[in-house]
Amino acid sequence: MTKVLMKGNEALGEAAIRAGCVHFFGYPITPQTEVPEYLVKRLPEVGGAFVQAESEVAAINMVYGAAGTGVKCMTSSSSPGISLMAEGISYIAACELPCVIVNIMRAGPGLGGILPSQSDYFQATRGHGHGDYQLIVLAPSSVQEAVDLMLLAFELAERYRNPVMVCADGMIGQMMEPVEFPCEGRGAALADNDWALTGAKDRPRRIVNSLMLTPEELHAHNIKLKQKYDLVAEREQRWELYGGDEPYDLLLVAFGTMARIAKTAIDELKQAGLRVALFRPVTLKPFPYRACREAMDAMDAGGRVLTVEMSMGQLVFDVKHAAEGTREVDFYGTAGGIVPSPDKVAEKIRETLRTTPA
Amino acid sequence: MSSETGTLAERSTTTATEVLMAGFGGQGMLLAGKVLAQASMNLGREVSWLPSYGPEMRGGTANVIVCISTRPIGSPLIESPRGLLVMNLPSLEKFAPKVRPGGVIVVNASMIDRDPDRDDCTVVRLDARKIAEQTGSDKAANFVMLGAYVGATGVVPVEAVEQAIEQEFTGDRARFVASNLAAFRAGVAEGVKTQQ
Repeated sequence: MTKVLMKGNEALGEAAIRAGCVHFFGYPITPQTEVPEYLVKRLPEVGGAFVQAESEVAAINMVYGAAGTGVKCMTSSSSPGISLMAEGISYIAACELPCVIVNIMRAGPGLGGILPSQSDYFQATRGHGHGDYQLIVLAPSSVQEAVDLMLLAFELAERYRNPVMVCADGMIGQMMEPVEFPCEGRGAALADNDWALTGAKDRPRRIVNSLMLTPEELHAHNIKLKQKYDLVAEREQRWELYGGDEPYDLLLVAFGTMARIAKTAIDELKQAGLRVALFRPVTLKPFPYRACREAMDAMDAGGRVLTVEMSMGQLVFDVKHAAEGTREVDFYGTAGGIVPSPDKVAEKIRETLRTTPA
Repeated sequence: MSSETGTLAERSTTTATEVLMAGFGGQGMLLAGKVLAQASMNLGREVSWLPSYGPEMRGGTANVIVCISTRPIGSPLIESPRGLLVMNLPSLEKFAPKVRPGGVIVVNASMIDRDPDRDDCTVVRLDARKIAEQTGSDKAANFVMLGAYVGATGVVPVEAVEQAIEQEFTGDRARFVASNLAAFRAGVAEGVKTQQ
């Protein structure tokens, strides 16, 4: 394995190839356009196909169709484009088809701006389309982790027959870092299965459809989906605790880009004798509630919790849910594409430590 | 400065630095930054290369922050870098006040007729475009600037950047290696002078 210097978006594209993805459908939007730009060159080299759709609505429905035939496929977009895909994602989840969706988040709402943001947290974790479905949502905080999670995304999509979202932001997408790809060549195709539409010659026909007009049938389908989501929640939580080896008086909670900025702030404060740790959810869905709570419980009663995010207060809801009222959870957020500096985060930490909980 | 014995990696003594490279879009600062990041990565360093990607039009400003460290890089976004390379006046005015005291500022005198007004930093002024012209290509002013920075700081061994230039320009672009190497070396010679 050799290290290569790669942009996050391009590394996501290459990781998709290594995971065995053969079809990409998408529509350009900043700051994720290097994902399709990379794959338009690379997919034909591995016998795959790249289609630039006429819109994000079309792109996600092409993914729906391709996934229904049992091929590894994906799309990528950025916030406003992901909003347009909501309906299609709900259909794909309802039909239990595997696919990967990349969201390189930019600042919203509306057309917003093109700079980094984390304000699609609710959209990603609460199932932004209609109905009782859930995505699996993975949030990388480096280019290497973007690669690792992209490989995992295809694996989980297949294992649970569910759409998986890789949720990064413009900074991860645009920056270059050294990466290693843990596997060579094109990854394997989906394993043989009993649901893909491959032509019904010499076998009973299969149907991929989300319309269930009989309430009992639809109720049973929802129960089945819920059981799957519960299983995912039980098995697939991932997180990192940074600085947790030594006692700490404040627990930061942050993900993605914000988490690595928090790490720099923590390292700087350590020099000044302040004891701070970071809890970083890697799976935003399923959120690692128990591990987050344990990281809180490791502090004594006076220990503080501070959530930092590039949004106006979304991740903090899950952190409060993890705390279950046992502790105050403070919040600091920015919007509009403003990425807080480590100094700013350090200042907020100092401020939080100076005050007493309400 | 690095000693003359040992492998390139062993001779790289800098533990952590950050450099901001800024100019007009098309002046090649993002590319120069990529080559520095590549050279540092080849030496086993952790690196990050973070470009500005605002809604710029052609001729607008473009900049990149390169972080180099022996430890994993936390924030790739740096408010007060230790190094600054500026190709044009808007970049000088915007970024020179932010450089950390004791830092190094390389100023492209071809387009900037004033000083950064930083007594607490090492300032390298050079006519990057003219030097690039003399060494073979006026388009290689970016590598003159990079050379001056490497010469003044010894952040990575000169040979490491030379290797990264050869690595960057391959295939059809291999014809640019010679002029970029020459420009880089001429820049190094200017930068080294500030250490004497």
